[in-house]
Amino acid sequence: MKMTTMLKASTAALLITSGAAWAEAHAMTGPNGEALAETQEFVYRVLDEHSSVDPGIVEDVTGSELVRDLFEGLYNDSKTGDTLEPGVALSHTVSDDGLVYTFTLREDAKWSNGDPVTAGDFVYAWRRAASPELASPYSWYMELMALENVGAVLAGDAPLEDLGVTAIDDYTLEVTLTEPLPYFPQMLTHATTFPVPQSVIEAFGDQWTRPENIVSNGAYVLSEHIPQERSVRVKNDMYWDADNTIIESVTALVINDENQALTRFLADELDRTEVPAGQFPRLSEEYPEQTVSFPRLCNYYYSFNLRDDGPEAFKDVRVRQALAMAIDRDVITDNVLAGGQPAAYTFTPAATANFEVPDVEMASMTQQERNEKAIELLAEAGYGPDNPLSFEMVYNTSDAHRSIAVAMSQMWKQTLGVEATLANQEWQTFLEARDNGDFELARGAWCGDYNEASTFLDLLQTNSGYNDAKYSNSEVDQLLAEAKTASDPNPLYEQVEQIIAEDMPVIPIYHYAGNYMMDEALIPSWPVENVQQNWYSKDLYFVADE
Amino acid sequence: MYVYIIKRLAVAIPTILILVVFSFVLMYWAPGGPFNSERPLPAQVMANIEAKYGLDQPVWKQMIDYVWGVVTRFDFGPSFQYTDRTVNDVIAQGFPVTLTYGFWSAIAAVLVGVTLGIAAALKHNSWLDYIAVGITIGAQALPNFVMAPILVLIFTLWLGWLPGGGWNGGQWQYVIMPVIALSTSYMASIARITRSSMLEVMNSNFIRTARAKGLPMRRVVLRHALKPTLLPVISYLGPAVVGMITGSVVVDIAFSTGGIGQFFVNSAFNRDYSVIMGITILVGMLTITFNLLVDILYAWIDPKIRY
Amino acid sequence: MKLASGDAKLLDETAQLASIRGRSLWADARGRFLRNRAALLGLIVLVLVAIFALFGGYFAKYEPDYVDFSLMGANAYRGVPSFESGHYFGVDFDGRDLFARTVQGTGISMLVGVVGALVAVVVGTLYGATAGYIGGRVDNIMMRTVDILMSIPFMFVLILMLVIFGRSMFMLFLGIGLISWLDMSRIARGQTLSIKNKEFVEAAVATGVRPFTIILRHVVPNLLGIVIVYSTLLVPQMIIFESFISYLGLGIQEPQTSLGALINQGAEQMNNGTLWMLAFPLFFFLVTLFAFFFVGDGLRDALDPKDR
Repeated sequence: MKMTTMLKASTAALLITSGAAWAEAHAMTGPNGEALAETQEFVYRVLDEHSSVDPGIVEDVTGSELVRDLFEGLYNDSKTGDTLEPGVALSHTVSDDGLVYTFTLREDAKWSNGDPVTAGDFVYAWRRAASPELASPYSWYMELMALENVGAVLAGDAPLEDLGVTAIDDYTLEVTLTEPLPYFPQMLTHATTFPVPQSVIEAFGDQWTRPENIVSNGAYVLSEHIPQERSVRVKNDMYWDADNTIIESVTALVINDENQALTRFLADELDRTEVPAGQFPRLSEEYPEQTVSFPRLCNYYYSFNLRDDGPEAFKDVRVRQALAMAIDRDVITDNVLAGGQPAAYTFTPAATANFEVPDVEMASMTQQERNEKAIELLAEAGYGPDNPLSFEMVYNTSDAHRSIAVAMSQMWKQTLGVEATLANQEWQTFLEARDNGDFELARGAWCGDYNEASTFLDLLQTNSGYNDAKYSNSEVDQLLAEAKTASDPNPLYEQVEQIIAEDMPVIPIYHYAGNYMMDEALIPSWPVENVQQNWYSKDLYFVADE
Repeated sequence: MYVYIIKRLAVAIPTILILVVFSFVLMYWAPGGPFNSERPLPAQVMANIEAKYGLDQPVWKQMIDYVWGVVTRFDFGPSFQYTDRTVNDVIAQGFPVTLTYGFWSAIAAVLVGVTLGIAAALKHNSWLDYIAVGITIGAQALPNFVMAPILVLIFTLWLGWLPGGGWNGGQWQYVIMPVIALSTSYMASIARITRSSMLEVMNSNFIRTARAKGLPMRRVVLRHALKPTLLPVISYLGPAVVGMITGSVVVDIAFSTGGIGQFFVNSAFNRDYSVIMGITILVGMLTITFNLLVDILYAWIDPKIRY
Repeated sequence: MKLASGDAKLLDETAQLASIRGRSLWADARGRFLRNRAALLGLIVLVLVAIFALFGGYFAKYEPDYVDFSLMGANAYRGVPSFESGHYFGVDFDGRDLFARTVQGTGISMLVGVVGALVAVVVGTLYGATAGYIGGRVDNIMMRTVDILMSIPFMFVLILMLVIFGRSMFMLFLGIGLISWLDMSRIARGQTLSIKNKEFVEAAVATGVRPFTIILRHVVPNLLGIVIVYSTLLVPQMIIFESFISYLGLGIQEPQTSLGALINQGAEQMNNGTLWMLAFPLFFFLVTLFAFFFVGDGLRDALDPKDR
């Protein structure tokens, strides 16, 4: 206990100026009238240092969490994640052809130095994000948004001014697209679209994101950043909704080792950390009030290499079916992961909005039946004791991946007599091998970019850059193309899932769940229904002890 | 002596160059790159990034530009991973951390190790000797990645005396556990070296003479035996300091201290070329410097050695 | 004629004397070593550990890669060590028999240690002996090269190499061997310098034996004592290195394992009520290292006839 106060002492010192004034002016109640705890300081663990807090550049989850606190875009995600809440934009109108969006911005939005946030800031930010000069690794997001002329701007063939975004006046922003995108407003909660302060960037260049230079328009400002150790953000009094922002300071501590992080959580140094794989049952028994588990919008699968030069055996659909069936997913979800992850028989997670999981055959069988069927199929394909099937499965180095791979290979060995050799590769080597088709069976995982089934199913399109299996089925391609313009695409998605279940280009294993140890006072405000986990510190609060 | 030092420093230059070329070639061969991620970048975006960092140049040119930057401006280039930092920033951030706990570890290892070794040697074949030998061998063998979590369990979770990690500008509470984890095995080595060296010295003729003259034991040890006893300890210090820098990898991961060990491993995994190069060169220079310092110290203590 | 035969006899006698003295040096050392109780105990333990690593597998009830699905992951806490279940050491986190895996890990760790030390010893001795024997400019260049290589932070380079070239036993041996031959070469050179001017070497030179043959036949055998001592101290270092590499996730590939990998996995579950996962591999790790240290110390005392 003592240590916690010590740890937080330095951040508290920074707060004296802003915090004291706030405490006087506000009664301590949450948005639903809850009594609030006296200290509102949130300390959480991050696995790794964030790449940047520059909205135009940031590409990782950790960094995006920071950027969502420091900056505010046109819209924010709601707590449940399926609707939008006004950010800097109050509302928008769309032209009849769906190509021109006109946003009305709020007039009380301010930068942390007191300057107003204007439409011009967005124009500057978007042009900057797409500029070859900045060379942001996330500039492809601008292309994904289908802004007018974005391709030419990215290539440096057209001036930045040609980009399809203009400021009609200080509080009106007009965006022109090349094709109608029904989910365009949802895309605006992403960090790449957030405004950036032109004067500050011009004054400090690459170093404008340092705590001593940064100016931001979100609910928090960056007050301290020690790479590989910590970053601290404190409440921004200039934020238009500062009166309703409860958390005073947010500290992200970089802790590589999840078991060390758990120990430090138990020693009260952290308010949130991830539960190490397999430890959820024990922890939820010992600390029932501090463990939370909720579905995430991610899947976990293994891809067969279906390229022409891939293994012959995998070209036989019976082999693929047999291998997929012989995996007892319940063992993996209940024993290895044991954090409420659902077993997967389809590619798209059930947590996806409006997606109805179709009844695929494999899901309705018992494991006993699946094993029998698998043995039968493999024998039909000509593999057995005289001609054993053997291949190599690659995964990237990690304890959880190892456990799952070990379990899978043993299930195949014990049920089918198949010899699967394990090969773990370090992340970058793994990515390259998978990208080049230099594998037989490879681990894959995908987290949805937006909350709709196509974010997953598009991966299995012939032309998708992320189609590691190099699976190609013209029917799937056609159905997915139809879905883009269909009024209700979900039946089409279900059809695609059925085809995939037949063809089995990938073996779905399970769908993710978020497993956290969290201060019980924080849990009521944590957006557990938000499957993409786009959380904002401004919406969080610690309730008082009962 | 000065000629010797200058000669050694002259050798340092080709050493560093070899190190630069070697690491550059290793990284050129490495699969993956600093901008690869789960989602392959569109070709145009990748081309923009490569142009920005000069990665579209031929390798020999990149290397020459790099070496030129280092030599003329002491500029190790921008970090590919952390876009608002240069490698110089990263080093300026992480290096003092590593140096701080490395320094205290070296002090602790030498003080405790030498004391323990001398005590064991003076009470040769007593229970104190046996316990000291047992402890030191145990401490030498216990991997520090096992010791670190045990320390955190005891001092943070159970006793609540020390914070379980972080650095916080190097306040003493945050330094203790890293120093224990890092210094223990070197402490043990030093104790063992001191012990056997001391035993040898105490049996040598000049000490026997001194004792025969009836000098008090204390005086014999401090005045006459200590200096020759420490010679092998000093020659061990070179490799020990290098080992501590390497050991910072474990300390940084276990205690989240944010030293260069952490930066190095993360950059190697993320292919942050410039940071890897910067740290490798830095550690190489440090190694050379320490080896030289140790040799000078050695010559200073042992008058028999002339360069 | 008489004189000649007398000469021959004298020569014969001297040779005999020399060989007796030579033998007695080793016999002496053996005597000293056997009288050193700690060293002797270390040797016995080492033999026992080796037997465990070689033949322990025959006593295991399970294959080292066999997974008991009912005991894996969240249920690993049920895999307590017991004779009834046949899991004498319990199971590891992935539901595999820890006894079988400890046997395998001990074997691989010892192999890494011994092979690593062997690489270092062979390369280092030959290099050092050559430099020392030839001397002059060649010696200067060869030893400067060693100096340069010694200034390279090899652990960092090894991490880079494992990351970059992928991981294999070969890479591990190569990397570890590369790091450790430098010290050996310095020691070997120093010894060679003192041997070089001995009569038997000069005799060989006079009779026109080629330098390389002299190094192999006459110099290296006389380095044996110090080489043996150094390599027994090198083996535990190699084992510790390997455990460090395993900790970084760059060690041996699954389903193979080493003591370092097992200890690391056990340490992760330290606070999870399954302490045996750490205790058994750590026990064998410590015991092996202890034994090597004691044997190494004993050998040094025995072969280094300085007054102790």
